[in-house]
Amino acid sequence: MTAIAQTPTETDAYNFAYLDEQTKRMIRRAILKGVAIPGYQVPFASREMPMPYGWGTGGVQVTAACLVPEDRLKVIDQGADDTTNAVSIRRFFQRTAGVAVTENTPEATVIQTRHRIPETPLTEGQILVYQVPIPEPLRFLEPRETETRRMHALEDYGLMHVKLYEDIARHGQIATSYDYPVKVEGRYVMDPSPIPKFDNPKMSDNAAIQLFGAGREQRIYALPPYTKVVSLDFEDHPFVASKADHPCGLCGSTDSYLDEVIMDDQGGRMFVCSDTNYCSTRREAGHIGAMAAPAPAQPQERRAE
Amino acid sequence: MYVAVKGGERAIENAHAWLAEERRGDPSVPELALDQIREQLKLAVNRVMAEGSLYDPDLAALAIKQSRGDLIESIFLMRAYRTTLPRFGVSRPVDTAAMACIRRISATFKDLPGGQILGPTFDYTHRLLDFALAAEGEAPRAPITEGAEPAAVPHVTEFLNRDGLIQEEPHSDETPGDLTRNPLELPANRPLRLQALARGDEGFVLSLAYSTQRGYGRTHAFVGELRIGLVAVEYDVPELGFAIHLADIELTECETVNQFKGSRSEPPQFTRGYGLVLGQSERKSISMSLVDRALRWRELGEDYIGAPAQDEEFVLSHCDNIQATGFLEHIKLPHYVDFQAELELVRRLRAEALELTGAPAMKEAAE
Repeated sequence: MTAIAQTPTETDAYNFAYLDEQTKRMIRRAILKGVAIPGYQVPFASREMPMPYGWGTGGVQVTAACLVPEDRLKVIDQGADDTTNAVSIRRFFQRTAGVAVTENTPEATVIQTRHRIPETPLTEGQILVYQVPIPEPLRFLEPRETETRRMHALEDYGLMHVKLYEDIARHGQIATSYDYPVKVEGRYVMDPSPIPKFDNPKMSDNAAIQLFGAGREQRIYALPPYTKVVSLDFEDHPFVASKADHPCGLCGSTDSYLDEVIMDDQGGRMFVCSDTNYCSTRREAGHIGAMAAPAPAQPQERRAE
Repeated sequence: MYVAVKGGERAIENAHAWLAEERRGDPSVPELALDQIREQLKLAVNRVMAEGSLYDPDLAALAIKQSRGDLIESIFLMRAYRTTLPRFGVSRPVDTAAMACIRRISATFKDLPGGQILGPTFDYTHRLLDFALAAEGEAPRAPITEGAEPAAVPHVTEFLNRDGLIQEEPHSDETPGDLTRNPLELPANRPLRLQALARGDEGFVLSLAYSTQRGYGRTHAFVGELRIGLVAVEYDVPELGFAIHLADIELTECETVNQFKGSRSEPPQFTRGYGLVLGQSERKSISMSLVDRALRWRELGEDYIGAPAQDEEFVLSHCDNIQATGFLEHIKLPHYVDFQAELELVRRLRAEALELTGAPAMKEAAE
């Protein structure tokens, strides 16, 4: 149902998954090092990819290094399988690796994502690859890489705590809504990539391997399965995973992250799941939101065949 | 009732088809051939080769055609192609002293062995639009002096070096690092800096160099020498035991001579900045020399005054236009999720702020 028709492969024109084997080996070494030191940013010799920096070149390189022919790949951007860049990256791997693809989260063996963690809990054996624009959580507090590397080495995170404290002093709360910094296994402060802070708790104790690729900044980092990931906060101002206070207009879910869709120029709007696969799976299971079209007739027709 | 937007795949295909049509332009106008681009837009081809770090005029011409003349896009095409090429080996260092110069000038000596050769330069042209060019005409011909033998053209800085007036460059046979194969680690060394500058954005390097001239890390540069011409690329084939001549490539080399009053560690003498660029690109090579010199403050025991051109991390992190344009333009990709998170936050902060000031609560739009 959710598997997407495959386009003809071009595996003969390129090496499997585009990158040559030496490059993949170099990337795998960086990944292994990252897995061995959770949350530590491993420099790697990022290659120029046939898509621009900022489009997910880091994630694409990590995915390319992880893929085997038996894999089933899912690509999402903003939680959706059908956003333009997700479509583009999925097609890239269909063309260059010829792997099977899916939109169905539980079916996927490798999931490349930009800005979201799927709502459906991941399972052992799955790999979640994040596209990362700025891997350094301290970057906007200290622009120098030489300096931030030193700070990580010395576990000198005072600056970050001061920033969070200043937020509270000024706004009464920590005014960071996405890209919310986390601490990994009590050691490295890590940038979770620009996922909404709603997703942060899903990183912790996750059964899947989580890999992070930053192409332009030449960094890879990783969270092995069941790693403890804590969002930074204060005892008297605990972290809250927030989302829009509405149910999904299509599937009625009250615990998924929502996109706000503007319906007209009169201020009309609705909230829908950002995770399109989660939403459609729920609708197929009979959950109907307040603003959804009547259940599609399609599945029944199919059953009749 | 709402149906979620679908169809990213078809939208992309249609956009590509439209782009291809736009690229061709009016079909009643003859199509550009690659050799026309290569021969008549040579400086554009050169820039694409230089910043694409790949010497191949035909491929650069193709990239320019494919990118509709957007040179940064062309450079990107070259880089993406380059990265897939296997590495057979490393050539011998090219000998620029043996360059077959089409242009060689020195601003520091009126005359010198090898002479001043103006060559094909815009320098003394009057920038008046030549409307005759708008009409097609005979190919222009430059006069040729019969029997003129090219003389040896030694490097200007060697003359100064002989008298100890210019700082001697440390010799090293160490294999330089490769930015395209290893992640940049800071602090970098000079070979890596030069490598980054050689493929760095011409505009960025130019502006940085200009900033040093205006006082942000002034280095008092003279163009000791600027030379353009062909050099031989030779490759040692291990199986043969000798070097074979692979090709001739065109290079632009600039050496600046910089005033230097001496420092705690160095006696008063001239110092150098160095620029080497694929193809003919004077602006880039001079800019590169100035920035190279500004970045050498530590090695020469100069003061760091916080000028951007002195700041290795700043320069190296931002000189690559493919990285820059990618990250800059990526903000047009969907950011619904982050923006939604920000919307929630701003609404909450506003509600709290308005509550404090006693202003009427935020108007909730009808749903």
